[in-house]
Amino acid sequence: MSFAMTAMIDVNNAEKTFTMHLQGGVELPVVRGVSFHVDAGECVVLSGPSGAGKSSILKMIYGNYRCDAGHIGVRHRGVMVDLVTAEPRQVLGVRRSTIGYVSQFLRAVPRVPTIDVVAEPLIANGVAREDARERAGRLLRRLNIPERLWRLPPSTFSGGEQQRVNIAHGFISEYPILLLDEPTASLDAANRAVVVSLIEEKKRQGIAMVAIVHDDEIRREIADRIVDVTAFAAAA
Amino acid sequence: MADRLTENDEPLLVAENLAKNYGRLVACRDISFSLYPGEVLAVVGESGSGKSTLLQLLSAQLVPSAGRVSYRMRDGVLRDLASLGEAERRFLFRTDWGFVHQDPAQGLRMAVSAGANVGERLMAVGWNHYGRIRQAAQNWLERVEIETSRIDDAPCTYSGGMRQRLQIARNLVTEPRLVFMDEPTGGLDVSVQARLLDLMRNLVSELGLAAVIVTHDLAVARLLSHRVMVMKGGQVIETGLTDQVLDDPREPYTQLLVSSILPP
Repeated sequence: MSFAMTAMIDVNNAEKTFTMHLQGGVELPVVRGVSFHVDAGECVVLSGPSGAGKSSILKMIYGNYRCDAGHIGVRHRGVMVDLVTAEPRQVLGVRRSTIGYVSQFLRAVPRVPTIDVVAEPLIANGVAREDARERAGRLLRRLNIPERLWRLPPSTFSGGEQQRVNIAHGFISEYPILLLDEPTASLDAANRAVVVSLIEEKKRQGIAMVAIVHDDEIRREIADRIVDVTAFAAAA
Repeated sequence: MADRLTENDEPLLVAENLAKNYGRLVACRDISFSLYPGEVLAVVGESGSGKSTLLQLLSAQLVPSAGRVSYRMRDGVLRDLASLGEAERRFLFRTDWGFVHQDPAQGLRMAVSAGANVGERLMAVGWNHYGRIRQAAQNWLERVEIETSRIDDAPCTYSGGMRQRLQIARNLVTEPRLVFMDEPTGGLDVSVQARLLDLMRNLVSELGLAAVIVTHDLAVARLLSHRVMVMKGGQVIETGLTDQVLDDPREPYTQLLVSSILPP
């Protein structure tokens, strides 16, 4: 297998089918022949209708969903790692220092204050706690989360606030690759603009991004290229 | 979860083709895996799946019918547990390993003070300065969120959650590298469970502990572990990254387990 020389992400003929054993072994083909690459400083947007497999592809690139065939190469510390065949601990290493994932929903540990939820990825990468908290605070302020909420766990927040905490958690570190699953859903116009500017900054820093966005305007603003997922439809 | 896993170090614990039979009854068979420093492995499955037997095999409390378990001693050499001398076994049990039982009464001395429960493990490894032992015990009570004013009370006067936290302090005071846990949150109220999980999660990542946690609770596995092994009928039927196995389960039994959880 050979990967493109400059790509940060190189997906090659990736394939995914769910087998639902509790429904009599029904096979649910999701995608087949998924092939695209993402260079540094580039934002690739996956497009296609609901159910086309956009989120599944993102989860495969994160190593969250297993891949049935093909290769998913990511550049990790200068070396291409194939997530399809990587050992679990290699995948964890990739997630710790290479790939960040911003999902639509916040999955935080109960009782942990918002500021620490956001600072955690930095602390995990060796940044001093106080420094990490300060950077977390700056990002939360930028995303219009009032300071009086920082000490509270985000589980009590509104959907939009949780989404912004999630964005802060995803954007705080310097991962060379970011996966964005509808980062602007349920945000108001002002906060959507903040997210767009965060994405612009990441591009200038050379971060490679794959995004799913339903809002046409946002897609136009952030997409360098669009990959049409319907081309990978598995249902024959 | 945050962790200190590095990618290129050597395994701490290695199980090879491990099996245990009780007469014709097969409790465990053909189990092989490696556990790395700082890695938390959850073993999930229903009662009778063999997960507790596996934990006892791994922690040298049971002798396997076949296969072997090896552990990397502090000198860096991987040694078959069956070949260890008495002094080395004692070192593992008293210092380098911890074992957290589901029932704290099994892991604690219930009629002896909390301070003595923690201090006992230190005395076993040669600490003999009373003031320092008491100070260490006090520090550990604070770390597990037990009021230090309760240091002279016996755990029989403690609540279930406090007992479990004390058992954890007793195990961690010697700075073990590997901790075995058997249903550590079983039998506790939900709110008490959440507090204990949060505490364990922080301790495990701060201390860079490796752990094998047996649990039937997938939420515990999700919160604490990097990797999951699903057991059924004495065998490992599925294994992988915790979120992979829980979000994209492959085996019929794993799909059944995952789909049986109430939505959050």
